[in-house]
Amino acid sequence: MDSSGRFVARHVATLPKSGIRDFFAIVSKMKDAVSLGIGEPDFVTPYHIREAAISSLEKGRTSYTDNRGTQQFREEISRYVAKNYGPEYDPETEILGTIGVSEALDILLRSTLNPGDKVLYHEPCYVSYAPSVTLCHAEAIPIRTVAADQFALDPAALRAAWQPGCKLLILNFPTNPTGGTADRSKLEAIAKFAIEKDLLVASDEIYSELTFEGDHVSIASLPGMRERTVFLHGFSKAFAMTGFRIGYACGPAAVIDGMLKVHQYGIMCAPIMSQEAAVEALRNGRDSMLHMRDKYRERRDFIVRRFNELGLPCHLPRGAFYAFPDITSTGMDSMTFAQKLLEQQKVAMVPGTAFGAAGAGFCRASFSTSYEKIHEAGERIARFLDTIPRR
Amino acid sequence: MNSVLKLILDGEALDTAQIGKILGLGAEAVDRELAALRQQGVLLGMRPVLNPSYESEHRVRAVIEIKIRTEGVGGFDGIAERISSFEQVESCYLMSGGYDLLVVVTADNLYKVAGFVHERLARIDGVQGTSTHFFLRAYKKDGFIVNAEASRRDQPSVSP
Repeated sequence: MDSSGRFVARHVATLPKSGIRDFFAIVSKMKDAVSLGIGEPDFVTPYHIREAAISSLEKGRTSYTDNRGTQQFREEISRYVAKNYGPEYDPETEILGTIGVSEALDILLRSTLNPGDKVLYHEPCYVSYAPSVTLCHAEAIPIRTVAADQFALDPAALRAAWQPGCKLLILNFPTNPTGGTADRSKLEAIAKFAIEKDLLVASDEIYSELTFEGDHVSIASLPGMRERTVFLHGFSKAFAMTGFRIGYACGPAAVIDGMLKVHQYGIMCAPIMSQEAAVEALRNGRDSMLHMRDKYRERRDFIVRRFNELGLPCHLPRGAFYAFPDITSTGMDSMTFAQKLLEQQKVAMVPGTAFGAAGAGFCRASFSTSYEKIHEAGERIARFLDTIPRR
Repeated sequence: MNSVLKLILDGEALDTAQIGKILGLGAEAVDRELAALRQQGVLLGMRPVLNPSYESEHRVRAVIEIKIRTEGVGGFDGIAERISSFEQVESCYLMSGGYDLLVVVTADNLYKVAGFVHERLARIDGVQGTSTHFFLRAYKKDGFIVNAEASRRDQPSVSP
Protein backbone atom coordinates (compact mmCIF):
# COMPACT_ATOMS: atom_id res chain seq x y z
CA MET A 1 0.00 0.00 0.00
CA ASP A 2 1.22 3.48 -0.88
CA SER A 3 1.83 5.42 2.29
CA SER A 4 3.66 8.30 0.63
CA GLY A 5 0.75 10.58 1.53
CA ARG A 6 2.57 11.33 4.79
CA PHE A 7 5.09 13.33 2.76
CA VAL A 8 2.45 15.68 1.35
CA ALA A 9 2.23 19.06 3.07
CA ARG A 10 -0.87 19.57 5.23
CA HIS A 11 -2.16 22.58 3.33
CA VAL A 12 -1.85 20.64 0.06
CA ALA A 13 -3.35 17.43 1.43
CA THR A 14 -6.42 19.32 2.61
CA LEU A 15 -6.78 21.29 -0.62
CA PRO A 16 -9.83 19.99 -2.53
CA LYS A 17 -9.29 18.68 -6.06
CA SER A 18 -10.85 20.70 -8.86
CA GLY A 19 -14.48 19.58 -9.32
CA ILE A 20 -13.84 19.66 -13.04
CA ARG A 21 -11.28 16.87 -12.82
CA ASP A 22 -13.69 14.18 -11.64
CA PHE A 23 -16.17 15.25 -14.21
CA PHE A 24 -13.62 15.13 -16.99
CA ALA A 25 -12.75 11.55 -16.05
CA ILE A 26 -16.36 10.46 -16.64
CA VAL A 27 -16.86 12.40 -19.88
CA SER A 28 -13.60 11.28 -21.44
CA LYS A 29 -14.64 7.62 -21.17
CA MET A 30 -18.05 8.23 -22.70
CA LYS A 31 -18.66 7.80 -26.41
CA ASP A 32 -21.08 10.11 -28.28
CA ALA A 33 -21.12 12.65 -25.46
CA VAL A 34 -21.88 16.22 -26.52
CA SER A 35 -19.60 18.37 -24.44
CA LEU A 36 -20.42 21.93 -23.49
CA GLY A 37 -17.66 21.63 -20.91
CA ILE A 38 -14.75 22.96 -22.88
CA GLY A 39 -13.13 26.03 -21.37
CA GLU A 40 -11.13 27.01 -24.43
CA PRO A 41 -11.74 28.25 -27.97
CA ASP A 42 -12.84 25.65 -30.52
CA PHE A 43 -10.78 27.50 -33.10
CA VAL A 44 -7.27 26.46 -34.03
CA THR A 45 -4.75 29.28 -33.50
CA PRO A 46 -4.91 31.57 -36.58
CA TYR A 47 -2.40 30.41 -39.16
CA HIS A 48 -0.29 33.56 -39.28
CA ILE A 49 0.35 33.16 -35.55
CA ARG A 50 1.23 29.48 -35.87
CA GLU A 51 3.54 30.42 -38.72
CA ALA A 52 5.43 32.81 -36.45
CA ALA A 53 6.11 29.91 -34.06
CA ILE A 54 7.15 27.65 -36.95
CA SER A 55 9.43 30.34 -38.28
CA SER A 56 10.98 30.79 -34.84
CA LEU A 57 11.87 27.08 -34.80
CA GLU A 58 13.15 27.14 -38.37
CA LYS A 59 15.48 29.99 -37.51
CA GLY A 60 16.79 27.93 -34.63
CA ARG A 61 15.51 30.32 -32.01
CA THR A 62 15.32 27.73 -29.27
CA SER A 63 17.20 29.35 -26.41
CA TYR A 64 16.24 30.85 -23.06
CA THR A 65 15.30 34.50 -23.19
CA ASP A 66 15.58 37.31 -20.69
CA ASN A 67 13.61 36.20 -17.60
CA ARG A 68 11.05 38.89 -18.34
CA GLY A 69 10.66 37.83 -21.98
CA THR A 70 12.34 39.25 -25.07
CA GLN A 71 12.55 43.00 -25.37
CA GLN A 72 10.46 42.82 -28.55
CA PHE A 73 7.74 40.88 -26.67
CA ARG A 74 7.66 43.39 -23.82
CA GLU A 75 7.64 46.37 -26.17
CA GLU A 76 4.71 44.93 -28.14
CA ILE A 77 2.82 44.25 -24.90
CA SER A 78 3.44 47.83 -23.81
CA ARG A 79 2.06 49.20 -27.10
CA TYR A 80 -0.94 46.83 -27.14
CA VAL A 81 -1.98 47.55 -23.56
CA ALA A 82 -1.61 51.33 -23.97
CA LYS A 83 -3.63 51.29 -27.19
CA ASN A 84 -6.43 48.99 -26.06
CA TYR A 85 -6.65 49.55 -22.30
CA GLY A 86 -5.06 52.95 -21.63
CA PRO A 87 -2.26 52.61 -19.08
CA GLU A 88 1.32 52.88 -20.27
CA TYR A 89 3.88 50.45 -18.87
CA ASP A 90 7.66 50.58 -19.15
CA PRO A 91 8.90 47.43 -20.93
CA GLU A 92 12.08 47.54 -18.82
CA THR A 93 10.61 47.57 -15.35
CA GLU A 94 6.85 47.15 -15.45
CA ILE A 95 6.17 44.17 -17.75
CA LEU A 96 6.81 40.46 -17.22
CA GLY A 97 6.11 37.63 -19.70
CA THR A 98 4.69 34.51 -18.05
CA ILE A 99 3.36 31.02 -18.69
CA GLY A 100 -0.21 32.22 -19.18
CA VAL A 101 -2.26 34.20 -16.70
CA SER A 102 -2.17 31.13 -14.44
CA GLU A 103 1.50 31.63 -13.67
CA ALA A 104 1.16 35.41 -13.56
CA LEU A 105 -1.52 35.20 -10.88
CA ASP A 106 0.34 32.51 -8.95
CA ILE A 107 3.59 34.48 -8.76
CA LEU A 108 1.71 37.67 -7.96
CA LEU A 109 0.14 35.94 -4.96
CA ARG A 110 3.40 34.30 -3.91
CA SER A 111 5.35 37.52 -4.14
CA THR A 112 2.88 39.73 -2.30
CA LEU A 113 1.17 37.62 0.37
CA ASN A 114 2.47 36.98 3.84
CA PRO A 115 1.04 34.02 5.76
CA GLY A 116 -2.34 35.00 7.18
CA ASP A 117 -3.01 37.82 4.70
CA LYS A 118 -6.51 37.93 3.30
CA VAL A 119 -7.54 38.04 -0.34
CA LEU A 120 -10.94 39.11 -1.64
CA TYR A 121 -12.30 37.59 -4.84
CA HIS A 122 -15.71 37.43 -6.48
CA GLU A 123 -17.45 34.08 -6.88
CA PRO A 124 -18.42 32.11 -9.01
CA CYS A 125 -14.96 32.36 -10.50
CA TYR A 126 -12.15 30.53 -12.21
CA VAL A 127 -11.19 27.38 -10.33
CA SER A 128 -7.67 28.36 -9.33
CA TYR A 129 -8.15 31.61 -7.41
CA ALA A 130 -8.99 30.34 -3.92
CA PRO A 131 -6.62 27.31 -4.04
CA SER A 132 -3.73 29.52 -5.22
CA VAL A 133 -4.33 31.81 -2.23
CA THR A 134 -4.47 28.83 0.13
CA LEU A 135 -1.15 27.58 -1.25
CA CYS A 136 0.36 30.89 -0.10
CA HIS A 137 -0.83 30.20 3.48
CA ALA A 138 -3.21 33.10 3.04
CA GLU A 139 -6.98 33.27 3.38
CA ALA A 140 -9.34 33.59 0.43
CA ILE A 141 -12.55 35.53 1.12
CA PRO A 142 -15.29 35.07 -1.48
CA ILE A 143 -17.76 37.78 -2.43
CA ARG A 144 -20.93 36.34 -3.93
CA THR A 145 -22.14 37.70 -7.26
CA VAL A 146 -25.69 37.00 -8.40
CA ALA A 147 -27.64 36.43 -11.61
CA ALA A 148 -30.01 39.34 -10.87
CA ASP A 149 -26.96 41.60 -11.11
CA GLN A 150 -25.65 39.75 -14.20
CA PHE A 151 -22.84 38.50 -11.97
CA ALA A 152 -21.13 41.89 -11.81
CA LEU A 153 -19.38 42.63 -8.50
CA ASP A 154 -21.62 44.80 -6.35
CA PRO A 155 -19.43 47.42 -4.61
CA ALA A 156 -21.68 47.17 -1.53
CA ALA A 157 -21.06 43.42 -1.33
CA LEU A 158 -17.33 44.10 -1.59
CA ARG A 159 -17.53 46.54 1.32
CA ALA A 160 -19.53 44.04 3.37
CA ALA A 161 -17.02 41.24 2.74
CA TRP A 162 -13.96 43.31 3.60
CA GLN A 163 -12.30 42.64 6.94
CA PRO A 164 -9.08 43.76 8.61
CA GLY A 165 -6.08 41.98 7.08
CA CYS A 166 -7.36 42.15 3.49
CA LYS A 167 -4.46 43.00 1.21
CA LEU A 168 -5.46 41.99 -2.28
CA LEU A 169 -8.56 41.97 -4.46
CA ILE A 170 -8.79 39.64 -7.48
CA LEU A 171 -11.06 40.78 -10.32
CA ASN A 172 -11.93 38.90 -13.49
CA PHE A 173 -14.19 40.64 -16.01
CA PRO A 174 -15.58 39.22 -18.23
CA THR A 175 -15.86 36.35 -15.80
CA ASN A 176 -15.37 32.64 -16.30
CA PRO A 177 -17.92 30.95 -15.72
CA THR A 178 -20.67 33.61 -15.66
CA GLY A 179 -19.77 35.99 -18.49
CA GLY A 180 -20.31 38.79 -15.98
CA THR A 181 -18.81 42.18 -16.83
CA ALA A 182 -18.31 45.36 -14.83
CA ASP A 183 -19.22 48.74 -16.28
CA ARG A 184 -17.26 51.90 -15.63
CA SER A 185 -19.44 53.14 -12.77
CA LYS A 186 -19.17 49.85 -10.86
CA LEU A 187 -15.42 49.75 -11.43
CA GLU A 188 -15.11 53.34 -10.21
CA ALA A 189 -16.86 52.44 -6.97
CA ILE A 190 -14.64 49.36 -6.60
CA ALA A 191 -11.55 51.48 -7.31
CA LYS A 192 -12.58 54.04 -4.72
CA PHE A 193 -12.97 51.29 -2.15
CA ALA A 194 -9.59 49.75 -3.08
CA ILE A 195 -7.93 53.12 -2.54
CA GLU A 196 -9.76 53.68 0.75
CA LYS A 197 -8.64 50.29 2.11
CA ASP A 198 -5.21 50.36 0.43
CA LEU A 199 -5.83 47.14 -1.52
CA LEU A 200 -3.63 45.83 -4.28
CA VAL A 201 -5.82 44.75 -7.22
CA ALA A 202 -5.07 41.77 -9.47
CA SER A 203 -7.12 42.21 -12.61
CA ASP A 204 -7.36 39.05 -14.73
CA GLU A 205 -8.35 40.41 -18.15
CA ILE A 206 -8.04 37.15 -20.10
CA TYR A 207 -11.51 37.47 -21.68
CA SER A 208 -11.43 41.26 -22.17
CA GLU A 209 -11.28 41.21 -26.00
CA LEU A 210 -14.29 38.88 -25.97
CA THR A 211 -16.67 41.58 -24.73
CA PHE A 212 -19.84 41.55 -26.81
CA GLU A 213 -21.70 44.63 -25.60
CA GLY A 214 -20.24 47.94 -24.56
CA ASP A 215 -16.55 48.73 -24.20
CA HIS A 216 -14.37 46.80 -21.83
CA VAL A 217 -12.88 49.03 -19.16
CA SER A 218 -9.83 47.94 -17.20
CA ILE A 219 -9.67 49.04 -13.59
CA ALA A 220 -5.98 49.79 -14.20
CA SER A 221 -7.05 52.72 -16.39
CA LEU A 222 -9.01 54.49 -13.63
CA PRO A 223 -7.47 57.43 -11.74
CA GLY A 224 -5.26 56.35 -8.87
CA MET A 225 -5.39 52.67 -9.84
CA ARG A 226 -2.34 52.15 -12.03
CA GLU A 227 -0.06 52.24 -8.98
CA ARG A 228 -2.08 49.59 -7.12
CA THR A 229 -3.19 47.30 -9.96
CA VAL A 230 -1.45 44.39 -11.60
CA PHE A 231 -2.92 43.92 -15.06
CA LEU A 232 -2.84 40.21 -15.97
CA HIS A 233 -3.46 39.10 -19.50
CA GLY A 234 -2.68 36.34 -21.96
CA PHE A 235 -3.30 35.00 -25.43
CA SER A 236 -5.28 31.82 -24.77
CA LYS A 237 -8.81 33.06 -25.25
CA ALA A 238 -8.76 36.03 -27.63
CA PHE A 239 -6.21 34.48 -30.00
CA ALA A 240 -7.09 30.81 -29.40
CA MET A 241 -3.57 30.07 -28.12
CA THR A 242 -4.25 27.94 -25.02
CA GLY A 243 -1.54 25.39 -25.84
CA PHE A 244 1.13 28.09 -26.25
CA ARG A 245 0.88 28.83 -22.51
CA ILE A 246 1.81 32.48 -22.81
CA GLY A 247 0.68 35.54 -20.88
CA TYR A 248 1.98 38.59 -19.06
CA ALA A 249 1.69 40.90 -16.10
CA CYS A 250 1.94 44.70 -16.14
CA GLY A 251 2.14 46.69 -12.94
CA PRO A 252 4.08 48.99 -10.66
CA ALA A 253 7.84 48.32 -10.80
CA ALA A 254 8.31 47.11 -7.23
CA VAL A 255 5.54 44.54 -7.51
CA ILE A 256 6.76 43.33 -10.93
CA ASP A 257 10.27 43.11 -9.48
CA GLY A 258 9.00 40.86 -6.67
CA MET A 259 7.14 38.69 -9.19
CA LEU A 260 10.28 38.49 -11.31
CA LYS A 261 12.18 36.93 -8.41
CA VAL A 262 9.63 34.13 -8.02
CA HIS A 263 9.44 33.73 -11.81
CA GLN A 264 13.19 33.53 -12.37
CA TYR A 265 13.70 30.84 -9.73
CA GLY A 266 10.60 28.84 -10.59
CA ILE A 267 10.20 29.18 -14.34
CA MET A 268 13.24 30.94 -15.82
CA CYS A 269 11.33 32.27 -18.82
CA ALA A 270 8.34 31.62 -21.06
CA PRO A 271 9.15 29.49 -24.16
CA ILE A 272 10.74 31.62 -26.87
CA MET A 273 8.58 30.25 -29.70
CA SER A 274 5.44 31.12 -27.74
CA GLN A 275 6.77 34.63 -27.17
CA GLU A 276 7.40 35.04 -30.89
CA ALA A 277 3.93 33.75 -31.78
CA ALA A 278 2.50 36.18 -29.21
CA VAL A 279 4.34 39.09 -30.83
CA GLU A 280 2.63 38.22 -34.13
CA ALA A 281 -0.75 38.02 -32.36
CA LEU A 282 -0.23 41.46 -30.80
CA ARG A 283 0.87 43.01 -34.10
CA ASN A 284 -1.49 41.39 -36.59
CA GLY A 285 -4.05 39.27 -34.75
CA ARG A 286 -6.90 41.73 -34.48
CA ASP A 287 -8.85 40.63 -37.58
CA SER A 288 -8.71 36.95 -36.61
CA MET A 289 -9.77 37.86 -33.09
CA LEU A 290 -12.75 39.91 -34.30
CA HIS A 291 -13.82 37.06 -36.60
CA MET A 292 -13.80 34.60 -33.68
CA ARG A 293 -15.60 37.06 -31.44
CA ASP A 294 -18.41 37.38 -33.99
CA LYS A 295 -18.76 33.60 -34.09
CA TYR A 296 -18.95 33.42 -30.30
CA ARG A 297 -21.58 36.14 -30.17
CA GLU A 298 -23.83 34.35 -32.70
CA ARG A 299 -23.56 31.10 -30.77
CA ARG A 300 -24.19 32.91 -27.50
CA ASP A 301 -27.45 34.35 -28.79
CA PHE A 302 -28.63 30.87 -29.78
CA ILE A 303 -27.65 28.99 -26.63
CA VAL A 304 -29.04 31.63 -24.27
CA ARG A 305 -32.35 31.76 -26.13
CA ARG A 306 -32.48 27.95 -26.08
CA PHE A 307 -31.93 27.70 -22.32
CA ASN A 308 -34.63 30.27 -21.67
CA GLU A 309 -37.04 28.45 -24.01
CA LEU A 310 -36.34 25.25 -22.08
CA GLY A 311 -37.28 26.95 -18.83
CA LEU A 312 -33.72 27.19 -17.49
CA PRO A 313 -33.41 30.96 -16.91
CA CYS A 314 -30.18 32.26 -18.36
CA HIS A 315 -28.89 35.83 -18.36
CA LEU A 316 -27.18 37.15 -21.48
CA PRO A 317 -23.43 36.95 -20.78
CA ARG A 318 -21.82 40.14 -22.05
CA GLY A 319 -18.40 38.58 -22.43
CA ALA A 320 -16.35 35.32 -22.49
CA PHE A 321 -17.89 32.19 -24.05
CA TYR A 322 -19.96 30.64 -21.29
CA ALA A 323 -23.69 30.54 -20.61
CA PHE A 324 -24.58 30.03 -16.96
CA PRO A 325 -28.20 28.82 -16.75
CA ASP A 326 -30.10 28.53 -13.49
CA ILE A 327 -31.15 24.88 -13.01
CA THR A 328 -32.94 25.20 -9.66
CA SER A 329 -36.38 24.68 -11.26
CA THR A 330 -35.41 21.02 -11.70
CA GLY A 331 -35.23 20.60 -7.94
CA MET A 332 -31.70 19.22 -8.30
CA ASP A 333 -28.41 20.60 -7.11
CA SER A 334 -25.80 21.48 -9.75
CA MET A 335 -23.78 18.29 -9.41
CA THR A 336 -26.83 16.00 -9.52
CA PHE A 337 -28.19 17.85 -12.54
CA ALA A 338 -24.88 17.63 -14.39
CA GLN A 339 -24.38 13.97 -13.52
CA LYS A 340 -27.90 12.90 -14.48
CA LEU A 341 -27.80 14.89 -17.70
CA LEU A 342 -24.54 13.20 -18.56
CA GLU A 343 -25.74 9.71 -17.64
CA GLN A 344 -29.15 9.95 -19.31
CA GLN A 345 -28.54 12.15 -22.34
CA LYS A 346 -24.75 12.27 -22.61
CA VAL A 347 -24.49 16.04 -22.46
CA ALA A 348 -21.62 17.46 -20.42
CA MET A 349 -22.08 20.75 -18.60
CA VAL A 350 -19.88 21.76 -15.69
CA PRO A 351 -21.68 22.04 -12.32
CA GLY A 352 -21.65 25.64 -11.09
CA THR A 353 -20.26 24.55 -7.73
CA ALA A 354 -16.95 23.71 -9.46
CA PHE A 355 -16.54 27.51 -9.52
CA GLY A 356 -17.26 28.01 -5.85
CA ALA A 357 -20.25 27.76 -3.52
CA ALA A 358 -21.85 30.81 -5.17
CA GLY A 359 -22.25 28.70 -8.33
CA ALA A 360 -24.81 26.45 -6.59
CA GLY A 361 -27.99 26.14 -8.64
CA PHE A 362 -26.21 26.84 -11.94
CA CYS A 363 -24.27 24.95 -14.59
CA ARG A 364 -21.73 26.26 -17.04
CA ALA A 365 -22.23 25.61 -20.75
CA SER A 366 -19.47 26.66 -23.12
CA PHE A 367 -20.70 27.99 -26.44
CA SER A 368 -17.24 27.76 -27.92
CA THR A 369 -18.41 24.87 -30.06
CA SER A 370 -20.28 24.17 -33.30
CA TYR A 371 -23.92 25.01 -33.94
CA GLU A 372 -24.49 21.32 -34.60
CA LYS A 373 -23.32 20.45 -31.10
CA ILE A 374 -25.20 23.26 -29.41
CA HIS A 375 -28.36 22.32 -31.30
CA GLU A 376 -27.97 18.63 -30.44
CA ALA A 377 -27.27 19.46 -26.79
CA GLY A 378 -30.44 21.59 -26.72
CA GLU A 379 -32.54 18.70 -28.05
CA ARG A 380 -31.05 16.30 -25.51
CA ILE A 381 -31.53 18.70 -22.61
CA ALA A 382 -35.16 19.13 -23.70
CA ARG A 383 -35.65 15.34 -23.59
CA PHE A 384 -33.94 15.20 -20.19
CA LEU A 385 -36.17 17.93 -18.78
CA ASP A 386 -39.27 16.12 -20.07
CA THR A 387 -38.48 13.23 -17.74
CA ILE A 388 -38.39 15.27 -14.54
CA PRO A 389 -41.13 17.09 -12.69
CA ARG A 390 -40.53 20.85 -12.69
CA ARG A 391 -41.09 23.32 -9.93
CA MET B 1 -24.65 39.08 -45.34
CA ASN B 2 -28.00 37.30 -45.12
CA SER B 3 -28.00 35.35 -41.80
CA VAL B 4 -29.32 32.14 -43.38
CA LEU B 5 -26.66 32.27 -46.09
CA LYS B 6 -23.95 32.98 -43.53
CA LEU B 7 -24.93 29.90 -41.54
CA ILE B 8 -25.00 27.64 -44.62
CA LEU B 9 -21.58 28.88 -45.68
CA ASP B 10 -20.15 27.93 -42.28
CA GLY B 11 -20.32 24.38 -43.62
CA GLU B 12 -22.10 22.70 -40.72
CA ALA B 13 -24.59 19.97 -41.64
CA LEU B 14 -27.82 21.69 -40.61
CA ASP B 15 -31.30 21.17 -42.01
CA THR B 16 -33.79 24.02 -42.37
CA ALA B 17 -35.53 23.15 -39.08
CA GLN B 18 -32.19 23.38 -37.24
CA ILE B 19 -31.25 26.60 -39.00
CA GLY B 20 -34.67 28.00 -38.08
CA LYS B 21 -34.13 27.13 -34.44
CA ILE B 22 -30.63 28.58 -34.33
CA LEU B 23 -31.69 31.86 -35.90
CA GLY B 24 -35.00 31.99 -34.05
CA LEU B 25 -36.91 32.13 -37.35
CA GLY B 26 -38.84 28.87 -37.78
CA ALA B 27 -38.35 26.41 -40.63
CA GLU B 28 -40.84 28.08 -43.01
CA ALA B 29 -39.10 31.43 -42.75
CA VAL B 30 -35.79 29.72 -43.59
CA ASP B 31 -37.39 28.02 -46.59
CA ARG B 32 -38.69 31.41 -47.74
CA GLU B 33 -35.22 32.94 -47.35
CA LEU B 34 -33.66 30.12 -49.35
CA ALA B 35 -36.28 30.47 -52.08
CA ALA B 36 -35.60 34.21 -52.26
CA LEU B 37 -31.84 33.60 -52.50
CA ARG B 38 -32.46 31.18 -55.40
CA GLN B 39 -34.78 33.67 -57.06
CA GLN B 40 -32.12 36.37 -56.82
CA GLY B 41 -29.57 34.03 -58.38
CA VAL B 42 -27.40 34.21 -55.27
CA LEU B 43 -27.84 30.57 -54.30
CA LEU B 44 -27.43 28.27 -57.31
CA GLY B 45 -27.89 25.03 -55.39
CA MET B 46 -26.74 23.00 -52.40
CA ARG B 47 -24.68 19.82 -52.56
CA PRO B 48 -22.87 17.71 -50.00
CA VAL B 49 -19.07 17.86 -49.96
CA LEU B 50 -17.95 14.27 -50.53
CA ASN B 51 -14.59 12.86 -49.63
CA PRO B 52 -12.73 12.81 -52.98
CA SER B 53 -11.31 9.37 -52.23
CA TYR B 54 -14.88 8.03 -52.18
CA GLU B 55 -15.72 9.92 -55.35
CA SER B 56 -12.59 8.76 -57.16
CA GLU B 57 -13.63 5.11 -56.83
CA HIS B 58 -16.39 5.91 -59.27
CA ARG B 59 -15.24 8.98 -61.17
CA VAL B 60 -12.15 10.71 -62.47
CA ARG B 61 -11.81 14.44 -62.42
CA ALA B 62 -9.65 16.59 -64.65
CA VAL B 63 -8.94 20.24 -65.12
CA ILE B 64 -8.59 21.42 -68.72
CA GLU B 65 -6.92 24.65 -69.77
CA ILE B 66 -8.36 25.91 -73.03
CA LYS B 67 -6.98 28.54 -75.39
CA ILE B 68 -9.56 30.09 -77.61
CA ARG B 69 -9.80 32.33 -80.66
CA THR B 70 -12.67 34.78 -80.46
CA GLU B 71 -12.84 36.25 -83.98
CA GLY B 72 -15.97 35.27 -85.82
CA VAL B 73 -17.20 32.86 -83.13
CA GLY B 74 -19.19 35.11 -80.80
CA GLY B 75 -16.55 36.13 -78.25
CA PHE B 76 -15.58 34.44 -74.96
CA ASP B 77 -19.10 34.23 -73.63
CA GLY B 78 -20.49 32.31 -76.57
CA ILE B 79 -17.80 29.63 -76.39
CA ALA B 80 -17.77 29.48 -72.59
CA GLU B 81 -21.53 29.04 -72.47
CA ARG B 82 -21.40 26.31 -75.09
CA ILE B 83 -18.70 24.44 -73.14
CA SER B 84 -20.61 24.90 -69.87
CA SER B 85 -23.63 23.20 -71.40
CA PHE B 86 -21.87 19.80 -71.57
CA GLU B 87 -22.96 17.57 -68.68
CA GLN B 88 -19.36 16.44 -68.06
CA VAL B 89 -18.40 20.03 -67.18
CA GLU B 90 -18.54 20.71 -63.45
CA SER B 91 -17.23 24.28 -63.58
CA CYS B 92 -16.03 26.69 -66.21
CA TYR B 93 -14.18 29.97 -65.64
CA LEU B 94 -12.71 32.70 -67.83
CA MET B 95 -9.14 33.21 -66.67
CA SER B 96 -6.38 35.76 -66.94
CA GLY B 97 -2.92 34.55 -67.92
CA GLY B 98 -1.59 31.93 -70.30
CA TYR B 99 -4.91 30.39 -71.31
CA ASP B 100 -8.48 31.59 -71.49
CA LEU B 101 -10.88 29.06 -70.00
CA LEU B 102 -10.41 26.72 -67.07
CA VAL B 103 -12.82 23.80 -67.14
CA VAL B 104 -13.26 21.10 -64.51
CA VAL B 105 -14.76 17.88 -65.87
CA THR B 106 -15.71 14.56 -64.30
CA ALA B 107 -16.29 11.28 -66.10
CA ASP B 108 -16.44 7.56 -65.36
CA ASN B 109 -12.87 6.97 -66.44
CA LEU B 110 -9.83 8.46 -68.11
CA TYR B 111 -10.88 7.35 -71.61
CA LYS B 112 -14.17 9.17 -71.34
CA VAL B 113 -12.36 12.38 -70.41
CA ALA B 114 -10.04 11.86 -73.38
CA GLY B 115 -13.07 11.27 -75.63
CA PHE B 116 -14.70 14.42 -74.34
CA VAL B 117 -11.59 16.46 -75.11
CA HIS B 118 -10.99 15.34 -78.66
CA GLU B 119 -14.56 14.64 -79.75
CA ARG B 120 -16.34 17.53 -78.11
CA LEU B 121 -14.00 20.32 -77.04
CA ALA B 122 -11.53 20.14 -79.88
CA ARG B 123 -14.34 20.30 -82.44
CA ILE B 124 -15.76 23.56 -81.16
CA ASP B 125 -14.99 26.38 -83.54
CA GLY B 126 -12.73 28.78 -81.73
CA VAL B 127 -10.97 26.23 -79.49
CA GLN B 128 -7.30 26.50 -80.42
CA GLY B 129 -5.70 24.17 -77.95
CA THR B 130 -6.25 22.24 -74.73
CA SER B 131 -4.09 21.00 -71.90
CA THR B 132 -5.60 18.35 -69.62
CA HIS B 133 -4.48 17.57 -66.06
CA PHE B 134 -5.93 14.75 -63.98
CA PHE B 135 -6.52 15.08 -60.25
CA LEU B 136 -4.51 12.46 -58.37
CA ARG B 137 -5.17 13.00 -54.71
CA ALA B 138 -7.05 15.56 -52.60
CA TYR B 139 -5.83 16.97 -49.30
CA LYS B 140 -8.41 19.67 -48.79
CA LYS B 141 -11.73 20.22 -50.50
CA ASP B 142 -14.09 23.17 -50.21
CA GLY B 143 -12.53 24.13 -46.89
CA PHE B 144 -12.58 20.64 -45.39
CA ILE B 145 -9.35 18.79 -44.57
CA VAL B 146 -9.71 15.35 -46.16
CA ASN B 147 -7.59 13.34 -43.73
CA ALA B 148 -9.38 13.70 -40.41
CA GLU B 149 -6.44 12.13 -38.58
CA ALA B 150 -4.09 14.86 -39.85
CA SER B 151 -6.29 17.54 -38.33
CA ARG B 152 -7.12 15.67 -35.12
CA ARG B 153 -6.97 17.75 -31.95
CA ASP B 154 -6.38 16.33 -28.52
CA GLN B 155 -8.63 18.84 -26.84
CA PRO B 156 -9.94 17.63 -23.47
CA SER B 157 -13.72 17.33 -23.43
CA VAL B 158 -14.00 19.23 -20.15
CA SER B 159 -11.58 21.94 -19.02
CA PRO B 160 -11.69 24.83 -16.56
